[in-house]
Amino acid sequence: MSATREDVGGTPLPPGWAKPAHQPDAFELTTTTFAERAAKTMARPFARGAIANATDHAAALTTARFVGTDHEALREEARKIRAHAIANLPDYLDQWIDQAERKGTIVHYAADESEARRIVAQICTDQQITRVVKSKSMASEEVSLNSALEAVGVDIYETDLGEFVVQAMGDRPGHVIAPILHRTKDEVHELFSAMAGHELPNEAEALTAFAREGLRHAFLTADAGISGGNFLIAETGDVLLVTNEGNGRLTTSLPPIHIALVGIEKVLPRRRDLAVLLPLLTGHGTGQQITTYVSVSAGPRRQGEPDGPEQMHVVLLDAGRSALLGGEFEEALHCIRCGACQNVCPVYRQVGGHAYGWVYGGPIGAVLTPLFRGQEEAGELAQATTLCGACDDVCPVKIPLHDLLLNLRRRSDAEGHVPRHEQVAFALWAQVWSRPLLYRASTAVARGSLRALARNGVVSAKSPLLRRWTAGRDLVVGKRPR
Amino acid sequence: MPDDVGMTAAVQLFPTCIGDVVAQQTATDAERVLDALGIDHHRPSATTCCGQPAYNSGHDGPARAVAKATLKALDDGSDLPILVPSGSCTSMVRLHWRELFHGTPEAEAATRIARRVRELSSYLAEHTDALRELKPSLAVRVGYHDSCHMLRELRIKEAPREVLQTVAGLELVELDSSERCCGFGGTFSGRYPDVSVAMADTKIDDMVAAKIDVLVSSDPGCLMQLAGRMSRQGTPVRAVHLATLMAEALA
Repeated sequence: MSATREDVGGTPLPPGWAKPAHQPDAFELTTTTFAERAAKTMARPFARGAIANATDHAAALTTARFVGTDHEALREEARKIRAHAIANLPDYLDQWIDQAERKGTIVHYAADESEARRIVAQICTDQQITRVVKSKSMASEEVSLNSALEAVGVDIYETDLGEFVVQAMGDRPGHVIAPILHRTKDEVHELFSAMAGHELPNEAEALTAFAREGLRHAFLTADAGISGGNFLIAETGDVLLVTNEGNGRLTTSLPPIHIALVGIEKVLPRRRDLAVLLPLLTGHGTGQQITTYVSVSAGPRRQGEPDGPEQMHVVLLDAGRSALLGGEFEEALHCIRCGACQNVCPVYRQVGGHAYGWVYGGPIGAVLTPLFRGQEEAGELAQATTLCGACDDVCPVKIPLHDLLLNLRRRSDAEGHVPRHEQVAFALWAQVWSRPLLYRASTAVARGSLRALARNGVVSAKSPLLRRWTAGRDLVVGKRPR
Repeated sequence: MPDDVGMTAAVQLFPTCIGDVVAQQTATDAERVLDALGIDHHRPSATTCCGQPAYNSGHDGPARAVAKATLKALDDGSDLPILVPSGSCTSMVRLHWRELFHGTPEAEAATRIARRVRELSSYLAEHTDALRELKPSLAVRVGYHDSCHMLRELRIKEAPREVLQTVAGLELVELDSSERCCGFGGTFSGRYPDVSVAMADTKIDDMVAAKIDVLVSSDPGCLMQLAGRMSRQGTPVRAVHLATLMAEALA
């Protein structure tokens, strides 16, 4: 591989880039509550403004993209394809593996996160890989891949511009499509100027050019490229990747080794299914008819081909997915990670992705996180939604997120994860309100108490029972004086 | 139940638990509107709550126990429409009771009631000609908040607007955020008060920017949230139920 490096010449990596910044490995899911994490983002008004603006913009682009099309029919078609693919996942996965291996792809199966880390680290050790360029992959976030590779002496360069910023800030992506949606241009300007060692112009073009220069050198000198994958095509054994910055194409084709880490649920039966799924993924993700790059990785370079990696590995990631097959939460596996549900979620809009404590934020995060991490660790997330249903209406593959969230709440109850005080409160409530006479008595008492607490028809007293309401709101019980 | 309904239109009115505790005016105002239209109405005496607070928290047992009391009170053997001045309670009874009572002795009655239950504004929207003849009038600039369950489960969007448009002098403004959740979310409002309030503020900023005098909605839950936050902030916008605004316009 050293030959490739020597050929490069040109600009070396800017000073300060030799060691990529470390990304935090620990998730906050187990150490903090949703409310605590939400408070952190809400304490940063700029972040809230940035999230609101970016999600509104993305949602508007998606709406505009499908004006004049039979969007509903396309979504229904997509739902059927995903439902069929997932219902027959073992078969399609076998078919994909068979086809991929015929093309010379080396296929690995990672049952869980630690296995995925171990497999990729082993490939790096075996192949003497010391520098990796990486295109955006949420699956790699799930397994905290970067820290696993750093541990075996690999330098990792995130090459998606957003992920590059995330890595350099020691942050986590806040959105599946737009990792630095919660950041502002000023923050990026400050960061890049520090990396450059001098003040850069505070303009998007100049900041992008700065990152691009260094990344170009990283691409040319990397021993391997690590990517995710948007779809696995069973019929052909290919991995399909959509990107807009060209970094995905470079990652998958320039370095001598390409390693793709892909969730097993990403399988589509046939290439022609892309005619339905691809426009929905890009339209719901970024409002585009198609992304600037759609890369198909179909195995390593074949004899006589001028380019492409010499080796291609695909690590199929299970990590909680197969356990959902055939169960009441199977539809969560239909997700194609477009981020549309995050863009319309009124809760996500306020708190951003980090509040969800793990990799995925918004409605799909509130569903996937308890399913992948367990009820004990993440069951709370299903409560962190108003069940407004906006996500159901926008999901390109029509995942019934509202119902899945409600079913997760039910599962919490059935499995005894509901706090004792809540169980007691609802049991008492049922005892009283299932009896009309007691109901009437209790509501009379409630009305009387509220009247006693009210001033000019408004209760604002922070009495213990009403504290959680009256901390930020009044209770208007009478006609409000004009 | 009066059996001398005869030719007169007649309905039942289910005030809901928020109506019984906090928003008593809503059912009273609904009755004033029905009176003006000459529609007989009657409140079943023993209703409690539709069970939604427990149902949406994942506690089906308590939800069923409470909903059963209301089901029995509503199941009077008549075919009269049951009007509910709450989109989300209507949605609960109309769409979720069947599932809640599935496989129980009440299953059949739940289906019966689900067919009868009507969200108030969608019922009133069938009487817009009669309303117009009553010459409702009020000089106000109004914004409408689409409550989530009414919009996305019952798919009712135009009906309340059609009712409001019968009022002379009323200017109806479409708010950019009309379809965005107000942050109430039942128990969510108590579990995550800060997030809930921030969600309300997003809506309130929009109302203030649109310079409306009155925010109208058809859900006492959303109104409790938005009116409560605006009262605390001293925002000069009234938040009232559609029934209240119509009663004022007809007075």
